[in-house]
Amino acid sequence: MSEKLLEIDNLSVCFHLPEGVARAVDRLSLNIAKGETLGLVGESGCGKSVTSMSIMGLIASPPGRIESGRILFQGKNLLELNRENLRRIRGKEISMIFQEPMTSLNPVISIGRQVAEPLMIHKGLSKSEAFDEATGWLEHVKIPAAGKQLKDYPYQLSGGMLQRVMIAMAMVCRPKLLIADEPTTALDVTIQAQILALMSGLKEELGMSLLLITHDFGVIAQMATQVLVMYAGQIVEEASVTRIFDRPFHPYTQGLLKSIPQAGGRAKGRVKRLREIAGTVPALTEVIVGCKFADRCPYTFDLCRQQQPTLDRIQNGHRARCWLHEHPERGRGNV
Amino acid sequence: MTRYLVRKLITLIVLLFLVSITVFSVLFVLPGDPAEIILGMNATPETLANLRAELGLDRSFIVQYANWIGSLLTGRGSMSINYDVPVYDLILSRLAVTGPLAIFAICFAVVISLPLGIYAARHQNQPGDVIVMFFTQLGLATPEFWLGILLILLFAVKWGLFSAGGFPGWSVSFWGSAKALLLPSFALGVIRASILTRLTRSSMLEVLREDYVRTAWAKGLRERTVVYVHALKNALIPVVTILGLQMGQLMAGAIIIENVYYLPGLGRLVFQAIGQRDLPVVREIVLFMAAAVIFVNFIVDLTYAVLDPRVRLT
Ligand SMILES: Nc1ncnc2c1ncn2[C@@H]1O[C@H](COP(=O)(O)OP(=O)(O)O)[C@@H](O)[C@H]1O
Ligand SMILES: [Mg+2]
Repeated sequence: MSEKLLEIDNLSVCFHLPEGVARAVDRLSLNIAKGETLGLVGESGCGKSVTSMSIMGLIASPPGRIESGRILFQGKNLLELNRENLRRIRGKEISMIFQEPMTSLNPVISIGRQVAEPLMIHKGLSKSEAFDEATGWLEHVKIPAAGKQLKDYPYQLSGGMLQRVMIAMAMVCRPKLLIADEPTTALDVTIQAQILALMSGLKEELGMSLLLITHDFGVIAQMATQVLVMYAGQIVEEASVTRIFDRPFHPYTQGLLKSIPQAGGRAKGRVKRLREIAGTVPALTEVIVGCKFADRCPYTFDLCRQQQPTLDRIQNGHRARCWLHEHPERGRGNV
Repeated sequence: MTRYLVRKLITLIVLLFLVSITVFSVLFVLPGDPAEIILGMNATPETLANLRAELGLDRSFIVQYANWIGSLLTGRGSMSINYDVPVYDLILSRLAVTGPLAIFAICFAVVISLPLGIYAARHQNQPGDVIVMFFTQLGLATPEFWLGILLILLFAVKWGLFSAGGFPGWSVSFWGSAKALLLPSFALGVIRASILTRLTRSSMLEVLREDYVRTAWAKGLRERTVVYVHALKNALIPVVTILGLQMGQLMAGAIIIENVYYLPGLGRLVFQAIGQRDLPVVREIVLFMAAAVIFVNFIVDLTYAVLDPRVRLT
């Protein structure tokens, strides 16, 4: 493996709510190498956004609390940085784009100013220098008549265009890591493809790493090199993108893969949300003794309810959190 | 922007027209003959009729209204029955008290409420927030006249720091006059400040949860830029609306407070004019106060345009 850029080690994040303590991220570890695209997949509510917000140091506290773990970025533990030092990394070394471009840009501040802001704050550019450079970036992400759009406000642009603006804004300081949290979920299919292509292009050009969060395996297939599958705050499977599509091990991953519309099919509109696995994610406030997926798993047997499986090596670079690994005979015949 | 401005200007004019019609008709149908009031009970029917003709009171409603508006726009308006001077002059001299009183009260309310509201929102449910919320609750529950009297008792009667009321006049003593307005504008401002503090807090709380504020943090902006630029600019929009709506109540409050503090302002003038059945004075002051409220709301509309591009550009 090449050089590590980001290393999360044993991260646990809890939310202290009136109804109990919700363990949104449970002892999660992951690595992102320089130039790599890591895909983080899972149903909604399984802790993907909380993971990304922990990296940015933006977990609302209270009610959130990081209970344990380290987040090493270029060897520095982000969790130990003071607020000012963390602020200098945000938007400069690590940038983020979000799911809803329509609500993620400030409605009363001009596009130009919003894109130029990181340059003024992190690079100390003057207003006019920053606006010049912002124009360049808006052209770069293929916004027509970029110079004119500087004075426009978000309500004047379409969702796809706004996501391009978000990308430009995230890129201006040439970050080493881009976190994209469901960047295309809110967009039409045709626009989705354009935005993904734009992101791949920029990633190659800047040599940055990408943490791509999605619940859409189609997006994963197109973008990622390495995949993590998350369920109820935990990593349940980890493999390369080819391996995950060829030989998914965890019943949850298999379920997710079955529920996507056939590739090349005439699926119009958005790829369907991954809701087709029977049952729902358990409440995060619940204390579950065994495997968190046991209630929804077609292969569940007694051990699954007694003890939580560990993330075990299936093969080189392929790991899964499932007792079937030690009891392969239980996986046959069923379903 | 131009279209927005023109639309708002037209609204302003139409509103002024409607208000003037309303004020005029209400006082028109009200019992009480100005000629009778001027001449007293013992006047002969003949002299009464003569005076009516002289004042134009025998004309139709439309003609009287038109004459009135005409006199307002061109000349000096009607004459006060009681003081025998043009109502314009009366209003101008009294405005020198009520104007500063209202402006002090609003400035005080804004200066207090914005920082407090932002602070409370930033420290939601923490001790500071709870204390701020307690005092705004207290402020809301305290009637203006009662607070006014309480302040007089404490600051004037007990500690002797202020005079208990009255107004020396700006030309006599500038600082003395400013000092005389201090307690009444505080009494008038407290309710406004309480309302605006709570509103700023809730508006700010809502905005701080917005996605674009998360984006602002994620960009690595400084806390003060996130709070005072990205969040506040959005949070101010509802605050400005309510500030405009407060103007009417401020006028009503001024009438009461001026009477508590013996301030020779518009409120006291209109109060006395009603007692003396000085109808021209009542009519013109009510119109003036309504016009002031309408005008302030016009300014509020312009402020929207500054704050919100969706208003400015469409
Ligand atoms: N601000 C918050 N307050 C309380 N609970 C939260 C908050 N943010 C996230 N959570 C909890 O964390 C869980 C995971 O959320 P999230 O990471 O947003 O899921 P997703 O995988 O869809 O991005 C949620 O189900 C919720 O219980
Ligand atoms: Mg999410």
